[in-house]
Amino acid sequence: MTVQTNPIDQMPRIVEGATIPEKHYFNVEYGVLSWLLTKDHKRIAILYLISISIFFFVGGLFAALIRLELLTPRGDLVSSEVYNRAFTAHGAVMIFLFLIPSIPATFGNFLIPIMIGARDLAFPRLNLVSWYIYSLSATLFVTVVVLGGVDTGWTFYAPLSTSFANGYVVLTIIAAFFAGFSSIFTGINFIATIHKMRAPGMTWFRLPLYVWGHYAASLIMIIGTPVVAIALVLVVIERVFRVGIFDPALGGDPVLFEHLFWFYSHPAVYVMILPGMGVVSEIITCFSRKRIFGYKFIAFSSMAIALLGFLVWGHHMYVSGQSIYAGMLFSLITYVVAIPSAIKVFNWTATLYKGRIYMQTPMLYVMAFMGLFVIGGITGVLLASLAADVHLHDTYFVVSHFHYVMVGSATTAYMAALHFWWPKITGRMYSEMWGRISAIMIFVGFNLTFFPQFVVGYLGMPRRYHDYSFAPEWQIWNVMSTMGSSVLAIGFLLPLFYLTYSLFYGKVAGPNPWGAKGLEWEETTSPPSQFNFEKTPIVTQEAYDYKTPARDVSYQTASQKTINTPAVEAGNI
Amino acid sequence: MSVAGHALDGHSGNHHPEIRHQFDDLTQQHETYTLGMWAFVVQEIMFFSGMIMAYFVFRYKFFEAFVDASNHLNIYMSTFNTVVLLGSSFTMALAVRAAQLGQKDRLVQFMVATLLLGGVFLGVKGYEYNDKYQNNLIPGYNFEWTTSSSFGTYSEGADHVPLSASSGAPINYADFETQVSVFYGFYFILTGFHALHMVVGAGIILVLMWLSWKDHFSPEYYVPIEMFGLYWHFVDIVWIFLFPLFYLIDRYHSLGGH
Repeated sequence: MTVQTNPIDQMPRIVEGATIPEKHYFNVEYGVLSWLLTKDHKRIAILYLISISIFFFVGGLFAALIRLELLTPRGDLVSSEVYNRAFTAHGAVMIFLFLIPSIPATFGNFLIPIMIGARDLAFPRLNLVSWYIYSLSATLFVTVVVLGGVDTGWTFYAPLSTSFANGYVVLTIIAAFFAGFSSIFTGINFIATIHKMRAPGMTWFRLPLYVWGHYAASLIMIIGTPVVAIALVLVVIERVFRVGIFDPALGGDPVLFEHLFWFYSHPAVYVMILPGMGVVSEIITCFSRKRIFGYKFIAFSSMAIALLGFLVWGHHMYVSGQSIYAGMLFSLITYVVAIPSAIKVFNWTATLYKGRIYMQTPMLYVMAFMGLFVIGGITGVLLASLAADVHLHDTYFVVSHFHYVMVGSATTAYMAALHFWWPKITGRMYSEMWGRISAIMIFVGFNLTFFPQFVVGYLGMPRRYHDYSFAPEWQIWNVMSTMGSSVLAIGFLLPLFYLTYSLFYGKVAGPNPWGAKGLEWEETTSPPSQFNFEKTPIVTQEAYDYKTPARDVSYQTASQKTINTPAVEAGNI
Repeated sequence: MSVAGHALDGHSGNHHPEIRHQFDDLTQQHETYTLGMWAFVVQEIMFFSGMIMAYFVFRYKFFEAFVDASNHLNIYMSTFNTVVLLGSSFTMALAVRAAQLGQKDRLVQFMVATLLLGGVFLGVKGYEYNDKYQNNLIPGYNFEWTTSSSFGTYSEGADHVPLSASSGAPINYADFETQVSVFYGFYFILTGFHALHMVVGAGIILVLMWLSWKDHFSPEYYVPIEMFGLYWHFVDIVWIFLFPLFYLIDRYHSLGGH
């Protein structure tokens, strides 16, 4: 009696003999102008990828300066003024020029039209305009840094920013304003595209969860960003024309600025994380060879996070003189946000359960994401409680918490996406070994950098101080942190080399090197052609139609045994 | 997932020259453009909402000063302006209708009317701004507030300081001038942003007029006119909020109320 085994859906493999198609979006035109005037969403994604990579390393340089200064308790490397300018530049560059556009503007731009079966985004020209606005914003930021920088922190709190700060506050704010509008235009484009450009048969509940994540993030972009834009405009008006809005000396209200600012800037965290969660949903199902667990729960939890994210901004202001009743309400709603976030983590875990798990580079990043996001999320719940926050507010505990979410989760998801879709974008495979080495270095380096900050923050070390000689016992934690940041830096620099190398010498990947499901893998070449598809695809199935071989086989074996046993026994008699 | 049908040259089936390559047909293009415009209007609403919320906060904090200051604004001119702007919205709606029916001459005429009415609004607004300038009411530039409060006065050693009707706290007469300047600050910021949106709209309508004149639009393809119509109505509705907020509420104080 032989048990028939299902052919197990073999995972991650390079198809030998795969070729790069003759014509694709990369070689359809040549020349600088063909890039600078392109309306192809894939080329604009590449423009974004290059720009945000540059600014990621610029922001990283300032982070290195901060970590070096904190190696010793005394403020001996830079003056306090330079330190203030360094952490402002680090925050502003990382948030406005890297994190907000990171996944949406690159991978969202590249993949959303392909994933839904469209030829391009709804507004290709607007898409290019948004990259130019981003570039204008980036140029202004660079100008500010070259001229000497700003010392307000990336938060531009009034009245420091309106009445006291020296430096190029107005120029920085104009830069942030433009970055915001670049993000708004991306959001409008995504919303119109996802609503109206889906291929026949691509219903809402057949959309990849990646698209759901971007849809939720786009809603935040168009609803939240204008509010921070106007808050920043009001700062400029008060600073330039001395009209009282935020400065109490002029009749203004400083807490009002915090309300307007955080009304966007808290949801902005979800702009960073929701697309990242979409990336995780794509990769975890592919590398477990199993349909995602609880599709609708993950889709709706993205929408729930986007909605609830607008109702929690007050948790940044527990100690700003906000009413205690408002604080209690904000605290409660902040706890509630943990629910849809946890739903996602539980569903991802359940997807892994009895899956056939492959630990290639993208999956390593996703595993890192899951662990780091849980730590970042749970410390967020801790900070959401009123009493704990009074102690932890403005300490390194907060710094560590939001780095776990923004670097540990959002940036890790960005790296996962980069490694997962790299063969699709370039047609070539990178070195798997170097990919894993860098993923592990980033994970180890990240934890070594930021876990000690939880401890030192709990011990009371305030953020934004460049000198802690009043408490030299904190040095050990800071030394660990600085060491970790060196490992982290190498981890982030490595892909620069092996990914560039792969562009020229990497193995040809073929259309679907991961054996993944989805229109971008099954219906397009790598790299995709100029209009993505030969013919508009017609979708007939739900997303993530992976076989679950392990379970099928065991089920079959068990059932055959129970069915066959009597017959076998009968034969024996 | 199977692949079938739908040739991909983008102009299949429907060969209208205005179909962009990413759309299958004019209907899809029309719906997508309109939805995109609505999304843009949503972000515009939030842009103004932030400022209007800030205005509410200060109106609550400095209630008496805001009422006094608001009574100083020119209600006759603003009422006239409201009628003018509503009229321009009406002519714009007629322009969209003319575009749908393919009546080129009427389309251009109604857009000219819209532009003229918008110009009248901006002219009257400019006159009002100039009036504030003449009366030293520009915060941060030449602000002076010499009018005494219509909410009683405070003299040294008095037993009772009048209480604010909104917060119940004693009215702060010493800061009255600062508080009024906050009102005028918001007046200029909000009406200024509104006027800026009208100026941008005037620029766009000039382009659309030229395109209409060059037979760019037809009953099949008039979506830019419709999108601009949405924008213009939005700008109109912003004024419908600003007008009562600055000019109308608590006006009865100056009409002998109290």
